[in-house]
Amino acid sequence: MPAETKKSSRMMTKEKAKWIYKKMQEIRQFENAVHDIFAKGEIPGFVHLYAGEEAVAVGVCAHLTDQDSITSTHRGHGHCIAKGCDIDGMMAEIFGRATGLCKGKGGSMHIADVSKGMLGANGIVGAGFPLAIGAGMTAKVKKTDHVAVSFFGDGASNHGTFHEAINMAAIWKLPVIFVCENNGFGEASTFEYASACEHVSDFAKAYRIVGENVDGRDLVAVFEAAGRAVERARRGEGPTILECVTYRNYGHFEGDTQTYKTKEVQEQALKEDDAILRFQNYALENQLLTKEELNKVNDDVKAEIDHAIAFSKDSPFPDASQLTKDVYVSY
Amino acid sequence: MTKKMSYSDAINDAIRLAMHKDENVVLIGEDVAGGAEVDHLQDKGAWGGVFGVTKGMVEEFGRNRVFDTPIAEAGYMGAAVSAAATGLRPISELMFNDFIGSCLDEVMNQAAKFRYMFGGKARVPLTIRTIDGAGFNAAAQHSQSLYALFTHIPGLKVAVPSTPYDMKGLLLSAIFDDDPVIVFEDKTLYGKKGEVDEGFYTIPLGKAEIKRIGKDLTIIGIGKQVHTALKAADRLAEKGFEAEVIDPRTLSPLDEETMIHSVKKTGRLIIVDEAYPRCSAATDIAAIVGEKAFDYLDTPIKRVTAPHSPVPFSPSLEKLYLPSPEKIIEAFSEMVGEKVFTAV
Repeated sequence: MPAETKKSSRMMTKEKAKWIYKKMQEIRQFENAVHDIFAKGEIPGFVHLYAGEEAVAVGVCAHLTDQDSITSTHRGHGHCIAKGCDIDGMMAEIFGRATGLCKGKGGSMHIADVSKGMLGANGIVGAGFPLAIGAGMTAKVKKTDHVAVSFFGDGASNHGTFHEAINMAAIWKLPVIFVCENNGFGEASTFEYASACEHVSDFAKAYRIVGENVDGRDLVAVFEAAGRAVERARRGEGPTILECVTYRNYGHFEGDTQTYKTKEVQEQALKEDDAILRFQNYALENQLLTKEELNKVNDDVKAEIDHAIAFSKDSPFPDASQLTKDVYVSY
Repeated sequence: MTKKMSYSDAINDAIRLAMHKDENVVLIGEDVAGGAEVDHLQDKGAWGGVFGVTKGMVEEFGRNRVFDTPIAEAGYMGAAVSAAATGLRPISELMFNDFIGSCLDEVMNQAAKFRYMFGGKARVPLTIRTIDGAGFNAAAQHSQSLYALFTHIPGLKVAVPSTPYDMKGLLLSAIFDDDPVIVFEDKTLYGKKGEVDEGFYTIPLGKAEIKRIGKDLTIIGIGKQVHTALKAADRLAEKGFEAEVIDPRTLSPLDEETMIHSVKKTGRLIIVDEAYPRCSAATDIAAIVGEKAFDYLDTPIKRVTAPHSPVPFSPSLEKLYLPSPEKIIEAFSEMVGEKVFTAV
């Protein structure tokens, strides 16, 4: 779809717009950098990139505090950045260094920072749903207004845990928001092939909760729908399924030849449909940010990512004493 | 002050004490309260679990701390994991350990690994209570003893209490431990009575107990097989052989020292375990003792276990399936090269 101009959201302030743009840039530049470095063979293991889906993580996390929790996926770098994880620590983690957020023991698929409410990227598809329920239960038992968000892909919506968790959230009216990042592919299989439903958000009807389906590359649409869902959750009105239709700029994993994508779709995705370009237009049209401000953010973020890479390369690998540390609190 | 109570009552007593002591302790599971939304069961008369072990909890602590879950083991077990990671101290009941197939990921990949994967920056103070054990004619999917499966996974702790006293102390330790602990409740022990201290006490995880002192043979029993071992020891004593019976009480951590010390004294070891024999607790202990005390062994180690076969339903077959004092005596006879009882 073409880039469009939208009226300013009632929740969008200049400060918020600047934060949002910076986070989107951080994710995009971080992922592009990881893509390049991985291709050079300097990053070990498996890497799954979030570039293209920025509007979802950022549009949702714009409503959250450190006390709110999120659960994430294989494709977790974007969620980490949007939730406020330290970028030097994230990059060093992906490099497997001792200075990484998880001391180099987790890697790309397990970056976490519980102090920021980031309960971990997860190597298991579908594992995040029940974990979000648990954070919601903690909020319920402790009578706080904290919420939990479970980010998941369209592929995970076919997992049993999705249905077990939504049902529990619905019967207990838990403050949980299920945010589907429908990028059209579960690995290499299309959503149309793997899922009998038309929209993941349609399941909301069966569980008698609110479901919304939005253009996931339209930051404002995600931001507004997420705002409504978070407000409902904080008011004790229970869970929401928010389906954001989006696009994965890179493959399922780095090294994926992406033979399942057409050239036309890929080209359009990287140009007029791109979430960042569309938000730039929106911010300029609504006089939330100036061209100069956008450029400055771009430059600042570039310096930030360059710093993270240099920091990571300069950091030591974990020493042997770390091999069996942190298995237990005590044993 | 001690009080005679059943294994089941000891569990109930421990949970009640824990929930009074710390308001972050919550109970999660299928019908752990029981009868949710049934008007005449709010909350008096609610089941308290299928064996009534948690009876009275919902009356005392309310449904904001005693959660009857849908029959959705992956859903509620995963919820318990992150409830633990975000500030609660949940006790999650897996009704039968055989149901772990429905929620192994949540235990093996989430609870067990959070701390390590997150560089030591998370803790998961979760207790999983689960029922194991054959001898109840509950057949192949409700009778297994799967503690070895959990012992295998780094990041988990495993307790196998054999008496009401041990159950209460180990369960309280588990609940207030900052790591995930799985406590196995042998269903055939629920009615078994014993002296239990009143009030709050804990038994450290990783500390075996010598249940009977002896010099001629060491018998290590797992869970309820401690009682089988004690029966065998009594009968061996009639023939002048003094067996030392050790209950490891927890399989992870494992008190190697107490076991090895005993074997060095007796020179003979029989391990009694009703679980499947391959890659089992019995096999693991045999390997450890073989590595660390080989020179002290007078004869090869013997394992008295279930066969490599599912648990049968028919009472006649199930009786054959389980370890027995006779099988232990038979193993000892082979060790000493003579029939200890001619009748066996």
